[in-house]
Amino acid sequence: MKLDARFNLTKGDFTLTSQLSTAISGVTGLFGPSGSGKTTFLRCLAGLERASKGYVRFGDDIWQDDSKGIFLATHQRPVGVVFQENRLFKHLNVEENLLFGRKRSKQKKDSISWDGVVQILELSPLLNRYPQGLSGGEQQRVAIGRAILTNPEFLIMDEPLASMDQTGSKRILGFISSLQNQLQLPIIHVSHDMGEILQLADYLAVMEKGEIIATGPIRDMITRLDLPLAHRGDASTVLTAKVVSHDPTYHLNSLQFGDPSQTLFIANNNLIIGDKVRVRIFARDVSLALDHPSNTSILNLFPAEVTEISQENPAQYMVKLMVGNNPILARITKKSLETLSIKKGLSLIAQVKSIALER
Amino acid sequence: MMAIEAITSMDWQALQLSLLLAFVTTAILLLIGTPLAWWLAHSKGRLKTTAEAVISLPLVLPPTVLGFYLLIFLGPYGWLGGTWVTITGHALSFRFSGLVIASVIYSLPFVVQPLQRAFETIGTKPLEAAATLGATPWDAFINVAFPLARGGYITATILGFAHTLGEFGVVLMVGGNIPGQTQVISIAIYDHVESLEYTQAHTLSALLLLLSFASLIFVNTFNRRTPIGIP
Repeated sequence: MKLDARFNLTKGDFTLTSQLSTAISGVTGLFGPSGSGKTTFLRCLAGLERASKGYVRFGDDIWQDDSKGIFLATHQRPVGVVFQENRLFKHLNVEENLLFGRKRSKQKKDSISWDGVVQILELSPLLNRYPQGLSGGEQQRVAIGRAILTNPEFLIMDEPLASMDQTGSKRILGFISSLQNQLQLPIIHVSHDMGEILQLADYLAVMEKGEIIATGPIRDMITRLDLPLAHRGDASTVLTAKVVSHDPTYHLNSLQFGDPSQTLFIANNNLIIGDKVRVRIFARDVSLALDHPSNTSILNLFPAEVTEISQENPAQYMVKLMVGNNPILARITKKSLETLSIKKGLSLIAQVKSIALER
Repeated sequence: MMAIEAITSMDWQALQLSLLLAFVTTAILLLIGTPLAWWLAHSKGRLKTTAEAVISLPLVLPPTVLGFYLLIFLGPYGWLGGTWVTITGHALSFRFSGLVIASVIYSLPFVVQPLQRAFETIGTKPLEAAATLGATPWDAFINVAFPLARGGYITATILGFAHTLGEFGVVLMVGGNIPGQTQVISIAIYDHVESLEYTQAHTLSALLLLLSFASLIFVNTFNRRTPIGIP
């Protein structure tokens, strides 16, 4: 299904002039710094706020068209919303909270199974308890379950992990991932945390000062040198790789990625052969060599071709390389760039010092 | 037993009238207080400030002043009283219906303010959540805002009821002292004291004290048994 949304809205000295046109499937990350208008955009999409000039079309249904005076109220829009704060109803227990939206669902038949959601989110021990007695993570799980059980066309999540510690948010991220995998429910996930976005999103919309400045597949977005994401301290790329074997002597897994296929090594004992995983490679962990180094401790060496170079500051450059069909970023000094005479089109070896497993 | 026998049928009438007046007034106040408090809790601007001041007036105005204006307003030559006369043939002053209108105005802040505080505490967040879960605004009010504001409703009911029950000055100005029609319990007590009938004044006062105390106990017990959110 395709989502087309355009909003024009002025609140004090903040102006939202955003446009998003995307196929809704998988997880779409909406990323931007605080105050860039992500929440306002979502609120407009859910009908919680009304832009002076707005247009929302989902599939064949028009939710809002101010040029024709069409505006569907929030309760008429088939979206589920998970707020930053969980907003559970204090006067209802967990089961009643979960049923609140389900009883009012717009779909005639439940497309999402109660048992499935309760099982994935591990809600059954909580059903008879009240929100106040639950931990932050438990509350957010209930809020996610409550939104999903309304059988929405897609789910909007506005920084659902903002108020959680790292362990808690990692756990919830795992829940969100498995929900998405098992229910095939499209999600628009808002965050200012790149790590979170990289773990979940397949598609990314980048927001800045009330505007969506770029949209596209996540891998392309984070490695585009004309966008700010590739110049952050944690600039990185993500790869999808398949676990092919496990070496018990060295506790190393070999994984294959890309076309033509390359092999990378990760030390991790929880990987299962055949699994597809997402790995993240930081630009700061990639160094470049003109020839294949013969004596090196670095295991992950990939033949690559330089496709783009951009100066970040007087001393530093960001180099974009292609390893087969996968882009990789390398942050190097001006001195190295000139010593090795790195230019666009040059073939060399990318040495990757460490690879982080995302999911 | 002696004390109960001391209560005359006129006193019983006054007690009944007081209770009836308090019931009717509280019921009306909850009905009109809800949308009023809702509006005050969810709107901003100069109109709200003015409305809040008007609603709070009975808190600071001497009851006799309020009663005097109401007497003019409700009397046969008053704006509302006059209209009432042309419709029903009789005035509002010195009648039960006039007492109800006067009490509603007099006790308005005691009901509106707790409700407004309750709605403000709830805020818009749970209502927005309800909307995203498919609830219409009315549905969200009935099933989310109302239960969450229960404490506010209990306070508003007690305050509205007790305040109407104990009202004296306004009632005397607007309703006078007609037994069976406008003579309420506080005026009956005053009459007894004036006539040096201390036994009867004692009994009625004690009755009122007991009634107020019992209703508070009842409400508190009820409130403790099912406090919001705890099973």
